[in-house]
Amino acid sequence: MNPTDPTARLPRRVVFKWMAAAAAAINLDGLPAFAGDPATGLPPLPAGTKGYGTDPKLMTSYAPGDVWPLTFTADQKRTVTALADLILPADDLGPAASELRVPDFIDEWISAPYPGQMKDRELIIPGLAWLEIESAVRFVAPFPTLTPAQQRAIIDDICSIKRATAAFEKPAFFFARFRGLASGAYYATQPGWKAIGYVGNLPQATFTGPPPEVLARLGLE
Amino acid sequence: MPIIPPSSAKPEYDVAIVGSGAGGGQMAMTLTLAGLKCVMLEAGRNYDPRSETPMFQRADQAPLLGTSTPDKVFGFYDATVDGGWQVPGEPYTQASDKFDQQFLWWRARMLGGRTNHWGRISLRNGPYDFKPRSRDGLGFDWPIAYEDVEPYYTKVEQLIGVYGTNEGMENTPDSPPGVLLPAPKGRAAELLIQKHAKKVGVPVIPIHRAVLTQRLDADNVPQKLFPGNAWAQKIVADSMNARAACFWATSCGRGCSTGANYQSTTVHLPPALATGNLDIITNAHAREVLVTAAGKAAGILFIDKTTGKEERVKAKAVVLAASSGETVRLLLNSKSAQFPNGLANSCGLVGRYIMDTVGTRVTGQIPLLENLPPHNEDGAGGDHLYSPWWLYQQQHAGKLGFARGYHIELGGSRGMPGGGDPLPDDLANGTYGSAYKLAARRYYGSFVSMACRGEMIPNDNSFAEIDPTVKDAWGIPVLRWHWLWSENELKMADHAEKTFADIIEAMGGTVRRSGTRLGIGIEQGGKIIHEVGGALMGSDPKTSVCNKWNQCWDVPNLFLSDGTPFPSNADKNPTLTIMALAWRAGDYLVEQARAGKL
Repeated sequence: MNPTDPTARLPRRVVFKWMAAAAAAINLDGLPAFAGDPATGLPPLPAGTKGYGTDPKLMTSYAPGDVWPLTFTADQKRTVTALADLILPADDLGPAASELRVPDFIDEWISAPYPGQMKDRELIIPGLAWLEIESAVRFVAPFPTLTPAQQRAIIDDICSIKRATAAFEKPAFFFARFRGLASGAYYATQPGWKAIGYVGNLPQATFTGPPPEVLARLGLE
Repeated sequence: MPIIPPSSAKPEYDVAIVGSGAGGGQMAMTLTLAGLKCVMLEAGRNYDPRSETPMFQRADQAPLLGTSTPDKVFGFYDATVDGGWQVPGEPYTQASDKFDQQFLWWRARMLGGRTNHWGRISLRNGPYDFKPRSRDGLGFDWPIAYEDVEPYYTKVEQLIGVYGTNEGMENTPDSPPGVLLPAPKGRAAELLIQKHAKKVGVPVIPIHRAVLTQRLDADNVPQKLFPGNAWAQKIVADSMNARAACFWATSCGRGCSTGANYQSTTVHLPPALATGNLDIITNAHAREVLVTAAGKAAGILFIDKTTGKEERVKAKAVVLAASSGETVRLLLNSKSAQFPNGLANSCGLVGRYIMDTVGTRVTGQIPLLENLPPHNEDGAGGDHLYSPWWLYQQQHAGKLGFARGYHIELGGSRGMPGGGDPLPDDLANGTYGSAYKLAARRYYGSFVSMACRGEMIPNDNSFAEIDPTVKDAWGIPVLRWHWLWSENELKMADHAEKTFADIIEAMGGTVRRSGTRLGIGIEQGGKIIHEVGGALMGSDPKTSVCNKWNQCWDVPNLFLSDGTPFPSNADKNPTLTIMALAWRAGDYLVEQARAGKL
């Protein structure tokens, strides 16, 4: 399958995989999780996956995959990349999410052997499957290969928990969490700092407080 | 740091000190500079802030973007080593299965203990705080007054370096002129809170924190701290010269490789080691205080965690500075025919009256703070401004419905981003793409938080005892905790939440989240990590464990120099008072040693 070819047809095995995950998702009552059953598309962490412990080396620079193995298949990685770039595209404020390794950070996150991250794993992996099945149902093509208008047609239905209709409520929780994880990663990078307006982490000789234009805006002169 | 193995310990020391944090560090410095030979036992590993502190590391260089995990509860870069609410191999138990009757016990297993990551907030207790029972009939008075401790507050502030201002406010003591370092200017959110809090009657002033806003005056301060002792002055001056001024970046919770803030490992232990009078044994898990046939303390029995073997150090006097929980545990585990209820416990009060701090929090979103021009607000790595308790008169007139006070710790949100979701779903409002990025930029820095840090009154239901069955990985019986907040604390937290909501509304903002996740309006016991009490000081051996010199009534060569002797826990964070009392007790111990009374 060529993910850049918008006319690519879905291989049958992919559809089956997505259907299984989506079926599991639809049957679960609990919000916000979709599914927790490894037999229905949520792969368990590799045996022996461990956290970094209570005394990790702090002076080392880490990259996703350094401490525990990652999860995403090539298909999932393409879906994550497409969705992350739709949420955080290249524009005047900064580069696209995928240029800042956001998909890798999300992969590291949902592969981590900690309770909070395991909960997100149960939301993100079935959510990605839901997104692909929705793409297949609506446009008969994988999400990454859809036109921007087609992608937006799906995302507009799930981009707000408050406004989502009942049928899209669970996917809206998935989207909100995905967006939180993607932007948590995006804004952790130096280009992300620039995009959000953070200035700092630099040694200074003095601290002079907010600049005059800020004080003026706040009525603090 | 030079560390010795147990096999290199001297046959006998003048003093054995258990614990290397604020109390143990100050005690070691005071004693060694007076010429006493000391050995310090630390349950955790050696730790060197100069080489181990991640000063400029970014969130995107850490696993999980540096966010909290059960392994590193305050985030990947938090200084804490081998610690947290749970420590592997070292369990503790709860008497109740109700979460609001449980105590969360934060421990660190590292040289310098919890001083490496603490918030550096350094507030003096005021005159009222030493005589609370005389004022409102609740709890206990201290056997000392503010005037007894004042000279030591001043000395500690000069030694560790504390920024702040003198505001002349009720029960919020000024320091003598020239003692405090210059206070940093407020950040945008702090200044905005200051302006609008005034409308609801809440004063906001510079906080006091142990951060060097300028270098210490090594040419003059050591002479004031150690008059007539040129040798001590030289050592302390060298130590002061090794500390840089703050460079206005990096959260203090990571520790500080340049020594610009106080931690025992950069301020107390280097000069103590430079005397040549201090040996430190790390990975030394204290089990019990050794006692002579005459009933005096003779040293410490401990487990060398690197070998699992029992070891002993002997000393003419013993100082316990292991934290309220661990000091209580050591005393209660030091049972013998002479001391069947545990050491120093003839009054039966060891473990009783443990206190934490009343904690709750409100966050708000402030439209005025949206879309501010980007500017650097890293500042001193912690709070610049705060609100001291301000309602003494109204309380005295019976208008509040609860006793004692709280202070407010203020927080803005222009800190280094990373890991957290910058924009909750309701504010993202369905956006994605460039519209979302604009919204994230708009709301960044527009959130404020206010945290209540209030005084808990000691009660009969909050204490620690030895669990009859559970032991740790080394076979040492563990603590079992009992906890109950009283109505007084719950009413205080309620008052704080209402006040914070009023301030947020006065700023034109909206409350985002109020109270704790517990749903009982107050943080769980222990959560604020201000555990004090458990071996109260007093003026009567029948009703207290130690005297006004932190000296145990039953065992005169045994001193407690952590928070255990506190008869009350004022809203002022306890660390500065722990250090002041440790220095004071250390001077007394030196006098006793010189008089041959140990």
